[in-house]
Amino acid sequence: MSVEIKNLSHTYSEGSPFEFKALKDVNITIEDGSFIGIIGHTGSGKSTLIQHLNGLLTPTSGSVLVDGKDIFDAKKAELIALRHHIGLVFQYPEHQLFEETVQKDVAFGPKNQGLSEEEIDQRVKQSIKMVGLDFDAIKDKSPFELSGGQMRRVAIAGVLAMEPSVLILDEPTAGLDPRGREEILAQIKSLHNQKKITVILVSHSMEDIGKMVEKILVMNEGEVVFFDTPNRVFTEITTLESIGLAVPEVTYLMRRLKEKYPEIREDIFTVEAAKNEILKVIRG
Amino acid sequence: MTMESNNRMIDVRDVHFAYPHNNENESVVALDGVSLHIKKGEFVGIIGHNGSGKSTLSKLLNAIIFPTQGDVIVSGLNTKNHENLWTIRQTAGMVFQNPDNQLVATIVEEDVAFGPENLGVPPQEIRERVDRALAVVEMQAYAHQKPHQLSGGQKQRIAIAGILAMEPECIIFDEPTAMLDPSGRREVMETIKRLNRDKDMTVIHITHFMEEIIAADRIIVLDKGKVVMEGEPRTIFRQVKRLKEIGLDVPQMTELAYELRSEGLKIADDVLSIEEMVDALCQ
Ligand SMILES: Nc1ncnc2c1ncn2[C@@H]1O[C@H](COP(=O)(O)OP(=O)(O)OP(=O)(O)O)[C@@H](O)[C@H]1O
Ligand SMILES: Nc1ncnc2c1ncn2[C@@H]1O[C@H](COP(=O)(O)OP(=O)(O)O)[C@@H](O)[C@H]1O
Ligand SMILES: [Mg+2]
Ligand SMILES: [Mg+2]
Repeated sequence: MSVEIKNLSHTYSEGSPFEFKALKDVNITIEDGSFIGIIGHTGSGKSTLIQHLNGLLTPTSGSVLVDGKDIFDAKKAELIALRHHIGLVFQYPEHQLFEETVQKDVAFGPKNQGLSEEEIDQRVKQSIKMVGLDFDAIKDKSPFELSGGQMRRVAIAGVLAMEPSVLILDEPTAGLDPRGREEILAQIKSLHNQKKITVILVSHSMEDIGKMVEKILVMNEGEVVFFDTPNRVFTEITTLESIGLAVPEVTYLMRRLKEKYPEIREDIFTVEAAKNEILKVIRG
Repeated sequence: MTMESNNRMIDVRDVHFAYPHNNENESVVALDGVSLHIKKGEFVGIIGHNGSGKSTLSKLLNAIIFPTQGDVIVSGLNTKNHENLWTIRQTAGMVFQNPDNQLVATIVEEDVAFGPENLGVPPQEIRERVDRALAVVEMQAYAHQKPHQLSGGQKQRIAIAGILAMEPECIIFDEPTAMLDPSGRREVMETIKRLNRDKDMTVIHITHFMEEIIAADRIIVLDKGKVVMEGEPRTIFRQVKRLKEIGLDVPQMTELAYELRSEGLKIADDVLSIEEMVDALCQ
């Protein structure tokens, strides 16, 4: 599914003394089957933006078109149907979990989609496994008896179980241990590759963004600063730092190495790429 | 003996902890015989997989929960003794992950004053403590602002100021940077390191970001409720394979050095920072 965001503005508590313009005239098009990253300082409007994509927030002005259809012009039934295709993993997983057991929680989405018991069961098992949890060990636990990272994994599983066409993840790896982060990102990548779903990943990890996405949307104070490939965005170090962001560690390293090895490439975002480039210049 | 115990901030002695399980009669073992000691003024990093028991340990240190077996002693006081509770909670402060649900008041300085007010500190002294605490986290300029107008990093620094105003001897940070953007993380880490270095604050820092603890005095590694490794960052992070086996990682530069070594490049196995990597590659 493609997502088109047109002249989107959002003002919280409009008309009150607490009025706050969180989004200011955002215009971007996310193509069907693409993998987009969103970065920006805390409060830059990332969560506000993505909550418009499945109709959780309503624009103050502007519109959101999903596959060409204005979702805020749609009838209620259409909007509900649409939500089944757009899966959103919230920034704070504890806000997403509410059932008595992990199994029921993960089953909630597929149940609402009207799937058969059998299909639901199978999806629940599969998605719990995808997030690196042991189904039998965890299925009967209360989501609120879990560690922070386990809770987040369950929240992600709940959305994966709906097999959405557009998967939106709001800082999904915050609080995950290194292996969990790696595994879940790899699962998302393979879902994207195999099922051609559209993925929108909000993250504060420049490393994850550099490794995963085709295009990066950079937000600052409710406005779009860049919407371009990692190669282009991560060369704008000064601008990124001035708005509270950074580039991946290895990119900083490459810049430092340039003094000694002027030919070394700077568009390096992963340890793997850094290794290859360093070996290349050192071995000539 | 007395010298040593005077120097002890925290003593955890063969602690077991199990959460009761409400569905069945079985309980969840979160800590399984943990012993550790933390000296006054030390900066200790704690890492471990999700569910390894880090937050459980921090709640035990703060006397929010109590060992099923074993003892937790904070500044000479056993958390078992009820009369010690408030002293312990004031001695060991805690800062959590989510910047949005730690601040309680509508004005920054009122938030910082909240702790000492509850301790019954006289108003004049509260004023002084609040000013001092805000100065330490470099947030004086924001004293009259509303917390919700601050960035995530600034909110965390206010949360830290709120703890400082209670004049603790030790602060436990449970993933304080997990939700922050790069500059927020940097601000908070600089604040934590400064507290330890300049104010002699004992710091226990729980994190999933290995880079944040390369300058720690010591790192403790938890795995399934047990301490499995303990030592200086260089000693710990050198063990790339072992850490990966238990679901953890090493700093990016350590990983890069490891990869380069396995390609036959001659490079030390304990590179931790960009600086060290530049030195190693440019000599
Ligand atoms: N309130 C609770 N009730 C029951 N079990 C719990 C509760 N909180 C945690 N647990 C369990 O105790 C174990 C340790 O959890 P803890 O929160 O200490 O982990 P952690 O190391 O802090 O993990 P994370 O990195 O995800 O924050 C886990 O198995 C978890 O499921
Ligand atoms: N429910 C709300 N009411 C009022 N202001 C809000 C609300 N939610 C977010 N904001 C404000 O809108 C801005 C953007 O927030 P958010 O979209 O959460 O940013 P991000 O996800 O990039 O951290 C922030 O200044 C935030 O304080
Ligand atoms: Mg957000
Ligand atoms: Mg925890």
